[in-house]
Amino acid sequence: MSRLGPMFEDLKEKRAALIAYETGFFPDLETSESVGLAMLDAGADVLEIGIPFSDPVMDGPVIQASSHAALEAGATPAGVLGMVSRLRRKTDKPLLAMTYYNLVYRYGLERFAADATAAGLDALVVPDLPAEEMDPLREACIPAGLDTVAFVSPTTEPSRIEEASAAASGFLYCVALLGPTGERDSVSNELPGFLERVREHSDLPLAVGLGISSARQCAEVGRLADGVIVGSALVRMLAEGRDPESLVAEMASALGGQT
Amino acid sequence: MSTERIETGTRGARRGYYGGFGGRFVPEPLIAALDELEREYRSAMADAGFRARLDGLLADYAGRPTPLYYAEGMSRELGGARVYLKREDLCHTGSHKINNTLGQCLLASFMGKRRIIAETGAGQHGVACATAAALLGQECVVYMGEVDIARQASNVFRMELLGCEVRPVVSGSRTLKDAINEAMRDWVTNVRTTHYCLGSVVGPHPFPEIVRELQSVIGREALEQCTAREGRLPDALVACVGGGSNSMGLFHPFIGRGPRLVGVEAGGIGSGHGEHGSSLGLGDPGVLHGALSYLLQDDVGQVTETHSVSAGLDYPGVGPEHSWLKENGLATYVSVSDDKALDAAGFLARTEGIIPALESAHAIAYAMAEAPRIGADEVMVVCLSGRGDKDIETLKERL
Repeated sequence: MSRLGPMFEDLKEKRAALIAYETGFFPDLETSESVGLAMLDAGADVLEIGIPFSDPVMDGPVIQASSHAALEAGATPAGVLGMVSRLRRKTDKPLLAMTYYNLVYRYGLERFAADATAAGLDALVVPDLPAEEMDPLREACIPAGLDTVAFVSPTTEPSRIEEASAAASGFLYCVALLGPTGERDSVSNELPGFLERVREHSDLPLAVGLGISSARQCAEVGRLADGVIVGSALVRMLAEGRDPESLVAEMASALGGQT
Repeated sequence: MSTERIETGTRGARRGYYGGFGGRFVPEPLIAALDELEREYRSAMADAGFRARLDGLLADYAGRPTPLYYAEGMSRELGGARVYLKREDLCHTGSHKINNTLGQCLLASFMGKRRIIAETGAGQHGVACATAAALLGQECVVYMGEVDIARQASNVFRMELLGCEVRPVVSGSRTLKDAINEAMRDWVTNVRTTHYCLGSVVGPHPFPEIVRELQSVIGREALEQCTAREGRLPDALVACVGGGSNSMGLFHPFIGRGPRLVGVEAGGIGSGHGEHGSSLGLGDPGVLHGALSYLLQDDVGQVTETHSVSAGLDYPGVGPEHSWLKENGLATYVSVSDDKALDAAGFLARTEGIIPALESAHAIAYAMAEAPRIGADEVMVVCLSGRGDKDIETLKERL
C-alpha cells in the first residue's frame, strides 16, 4: 500500500508536504543514495527519484545535464529500483520515481509495477503520460499498490482535470507554470486561480512543482497547496558540489515542518 | 465536433491511433494545444477559402504539380521495369518539405499564431519552414543540433537570410532528435502564442495525420499522372523513410489498392547500435516524441544514436502510421547502405542528369537493385524527394 495517502491525511490541516527531487545515480550511485537520505533527514517528507532517460523533454537544462551524467554513471531503471530498496530499509517516508514512459514500457508495465513495489516504491510520476494514455500503466500499478500521479497545468480544461483526477492516485502534480523544469524567480500569479480551479474538480491532494527554488517561494506555495515539489534548485546545488540538504532544511522550516 | 469527425483519417478505435501505434504521449501542458490544433486543422480543411489559398500557394509559389518523369535512360540501363521519378526535387526550396510548411504556416495564420518554431536535421525542413514563415510574415525560430549546424552551414545561412533565428541545441547527441526535444520544450513554454511546425509524420496526434494529409498531394498527383500516362496504377511505389513524410505522402492514396509499397530506410554502415537508421527494420516499439512507434533503443529503453550519410534519415524513430503499415503487411520496409546510396546518386546523375538528395538516393538504390528483376511491363514510381545540391560536399568526398 502506498504511503502517500496516509501522509497527506496526516499533514492535512497542518502544513504542506515537502517533496524533494534528485536524479538517481547523479553524480554517482553512492552519492545519490546518501544525498537522498540526507534530504529526508533534513525535513523532506517525500523523496522523488528520477530514473534518467536519454530524451527528457519535460526537463530544463539542470535536470537534463544531471540525467546525462547519471546515464554516464551507469544508471538503469533496475539500478534505481535497487537504490530505492536500499533507501527503503532506512526510511518509512514515501518514495516516488519520476521517469519517462519508454523506460517503463520497455521494462514491461506489470513487471515494473511488481519490482517497484517490491523495492518499496510508493508512486510513479511519468510526465509524458497524459491522462488518456494512462490506463495501461494504471491497470498494472493498481494490483501492485503503486500510485500513479497525473499532471494538470494552467492550460488544462476543467473536464480534463476530472479525467486526470480519475486516472491518478496519490496526488495531482500541478504544473505551476508553462515550461520545462527549472528555477524561476517568482511564483506565477496565475497559481491561486489555477489551484482553485483544480480543487473544484478533484478531491486528490495537490502538489505544486516547477520553478520553485527558494524557501520563500516554498512558503508562498505551501499556503495554497498540499505539497511542494522542489527539483532543479536541489540538483543544481549537488552539481555545484554543495549539500542540497541545507536548502531542504530551510524549505522544511519555511513550510512549518521540523528541521 | 462529432466523434465521427475526430475518427476521420485515423485507423483505430482510439483517437490518434493507427492500430496500436500513435497516441499523444506528451506533457499535460501540450494537450490543450494539440486539441486546439486538431480542431482548427479540421475547420481549416473544411474551409473553402483556406483550401483555395493553400492550393494557390502550392501551384504558384511551390511549383506544383511536380512532374512524374519517365526516367528512360535509367530504365534502359537497368533493363527491366519502367521507372518513373516523382520530381519533388523541383519544388521551391528543393524538396517536398515545402508542401507541409506552407500548409502548417497557413494554418498557424488561420489560428492567429504569429510565432512558428520548428526542428531541423539537415536543414531542409528548417529552410522550408523559414521560407513559408517569411512569405506569411511570421516570426520563425528553428532548433538545430550543434553537430548538424557544423555539417550543414549553407542551410543555416539560408535560414538566417530568410529572417529566421537558428538556435543551436547542445543537449544529448546534438542532432535531430535533440532538436525536437528542444522545440517541444519551447512549445510547452510558449504554447499560447506559438505553433510548432513539425516536419514529418511523427510526433503526437494530430501531427502524423496533418503532415500526411499535406504531403498526400505527392501521391494524389502521382496517381493521376500515372493513370494518364500508363492507363493504370503503378505496380510499385518506392520512397525513402526517415520520419517518413515523403513516403507516407506518396503511399497514402495507394494503400490497399494494389501497388507494392516499399519504404527504404538508412542501412548506414552496419546493423549495430549507432550504425544505421532502420527503425522499422531493426527497432522495437517504443515511445519517443509523443508517439508509440518503432524506435531504435537499447535493452532498457534508452534511445540509441543513429547513423546515416544522409542527415534526413539520421533519426531513431519513425511515423506511427508506417509502423501500422508494416505490422499489417501493407507496406514493406528495406534498408540501403551509405555506399549503395552514394553510388545511386552518381548513377542518377550520369544516366538522367539529376543529382538527387542522399535521402532520395536510398530509394533510387533500391530501384536499381529491383528494376532489373522485374519485367518491362511493370511500372515503378520512385519519389525523388529532394535535390542533391546540399550534399555536394559529401558526394565530392565520397565518390
